[in-house]
Amino acid sequence: MARIWKFGSDVDTDQIVPGRYAPYMRPNEDVGNAAFIEANPLFNQQAVPGDIIVAENNFGCGSSREYAVTALCRRQVGVIIAKSFARIFYRNAVNLGLVLVEAPQVVDQLSDGDICVLDLDQNRILIRDKELVLPEISPFARAIVEAGGLVAYIQRHGFLPGE
Amino acid sequence: MGQTLTEQIFSHAAGRPVVPGELVVVQPDVVMSHDSLTPGIIDILQNEFGKNEVFNPDQLVFVFDHVTPASTVGTADGQNRVRAFAKQQNIRLFDIGRGICHQVLVEEGIAQPGLIVLGADSHSTSYGAVGAFGSGMGSTDVAVIWATGKTWLRVPETLRIQVSGRFREGVGPKDLALYIGRVLTISGATYQAIEYHGLDWLPLYGRQTLSSMAVELGAKAGIFPPSGEVFDRFQTPEWLFVDPDAHYGQTIEINLEDLEPQIALPHAVDRVVDLSSLVGTPIQQVFLGTCTNGRYEDLRQAADILTGNQVSEKVRFIVTPASKTDLQRAMADDTINILVQAGAVLTTPGCGVCMGRHQGTLGKNDVCLSTGNRNFRGRMGDPSSSIYLVSPAVAAASAITGVVTDPRYLER
Ligand code: SF4
Repeated sequence: MARIWKFGSDVDTDQIVPGRYAPYMRPNEDVGNAAFIEANPLFNQQAVPGDIIVAENNFGCGSSREYAVTALCRRQVGVIIAKSFARIFYRNAVNLGLVLVEAPQVVDQLSDGDICVLDLDQNRILIRDKELVLPEISPFARAIVEAGGLVAYIQRHGFLPGE
Repeated sequence: MGQTLTEQIFSHAAGRPVVPGELVVVQPDVVMSHDSLTPGIIDILQNEFGKNEVFNPDQLVFVFDHVTPASTVGTADGQNRVRAFAKQQNIRLFDIGRGICHQVLVEEGIAQPGLIVLGADSHSTSYGAVGAFGSGMGSTDVAVIWATGKTWLRVPETLRIQVSGRFREGVGPKDLALYIGRVLTISGATYQAIEYHGLDWLPLYGRQTLSSMAVELGAKAGIFPPSGEVFDRFQTPEWLFVDPDAHYGQTIEINLEDLEPQIALPHAVDRVVDLSSLVGTPIQQVFLGTCTNGRYEDLRQAADILTGNQVSEKVRFIVTPASKTDLQRAMADDTINILVQAGAVLTTPGCGVCMGRHQGTLGKNDVCLSTGNRNFRGRMGDPSSSIYLVSPAVAAASAITGVVTDPRYLER
């Protein structure tokens, strides 16, 4: 069972992890503990592995700080479903093996606090007696995510995807 | 078929004609990282790739600008580690005080027209000011280039911004940058490259303001066709030119004659209104600096307004030159003297207070007027603080009065 954490549009990287909580500023702390520390303290305190982030447009806009993705990976977020993602965040997430899904219709059917079952192998979410179908993840992103991230992909294949 | 500047640069790098939407693997010409993220990139290279050597040291450049001089033992140790790594690997390093990465790469001629310049920093779109394809990436992407010399990129569609007319008095490049945000919104150019037209007369510093803020619209790049000052100072390859047959996904037209001074309200870069509706709002801090507006010309403009005036007692006015070169230019005439005399606090060339880590972090409920590029909640300090974004002229005028002020109506 996973809880849905729903966010609005334009969730920026300073909301996900404020710059003052950068690993660079606090080298001995787990950046996962800083996830949404100021923007959503409830998420910060209560999100558990497997939970799902759902957002409107342009999730992850702002800086290139990969630790915003790292923080959500450390919290073992199951998937992020949004109407759209900011481009650097999208790359960072794929590179670190965090699954992102662009699914505008699905976003509209999910509310904060919903409890559901995520089935990524079948691209679906089961919620109340409904089944919501997620679009296929692009083969390019899936190849990287399945390898466990871009570094692992290159280590295994010896070249970049698409090369 | 005709090609946009971005398509020309990608075709050149890929060695074949490419079209938008394609994924290409390229060897970027320059890859920049700064003090904030480089230690983490070294970790990825060493711990995840299991390598100690970078693929091509000549491709890489380090700039220390984010927390300089170091503010904590942790940042000091991180910088020492990067210094040792750069020496051992023969990588160019611009140490503390040299300036903001995006300004330094332009001043040093490392960013050049037609090159692909990637940075572990979102404002790497800045290199578009000289006609380079500049774009930001995360640490793993950069570590992959360190290890292999290569990266993958999707060829973006190009969005054309067609400008006509000239700025009226009291209005400048920052107002245009904010206005573009107002029109396009914070996600209006996501995955696209912006190309600016009708600004051949705009000096380089103004182009840098616009290109740096391209990322605030979600854009992958923000490119100016080389002309004027850029032609004189940089080498433009003959294959890079404005092709009349190029295809643009979208064209936005803006007439500068209609443009008023603009201001972005907390906490989003696209919450932009005409300055006039905010005049009189009290502020506690004014920040003149950043890769968007910390250059000599920005400081000069502020000095002109501050000449014979004093900074309000209600305001802390922090000035951070974008680079050592900008600082030296501002010292060579009376710019710095006027600013300091008026009550400005001068800090080390670099990013300074822009991302709230040192040198003027905002406290609870503080209101800051900044010439920077981002006003996200908590960026410069406490989450209850707020940031308004304005031009250097508005910042200087408001520093005098302690409230948001239109420089055109400042009483002398
Ligand atoms: S000045 Fe601000 S926006 Fe520019 S590179 Fe530095 S931290 Fe980033």
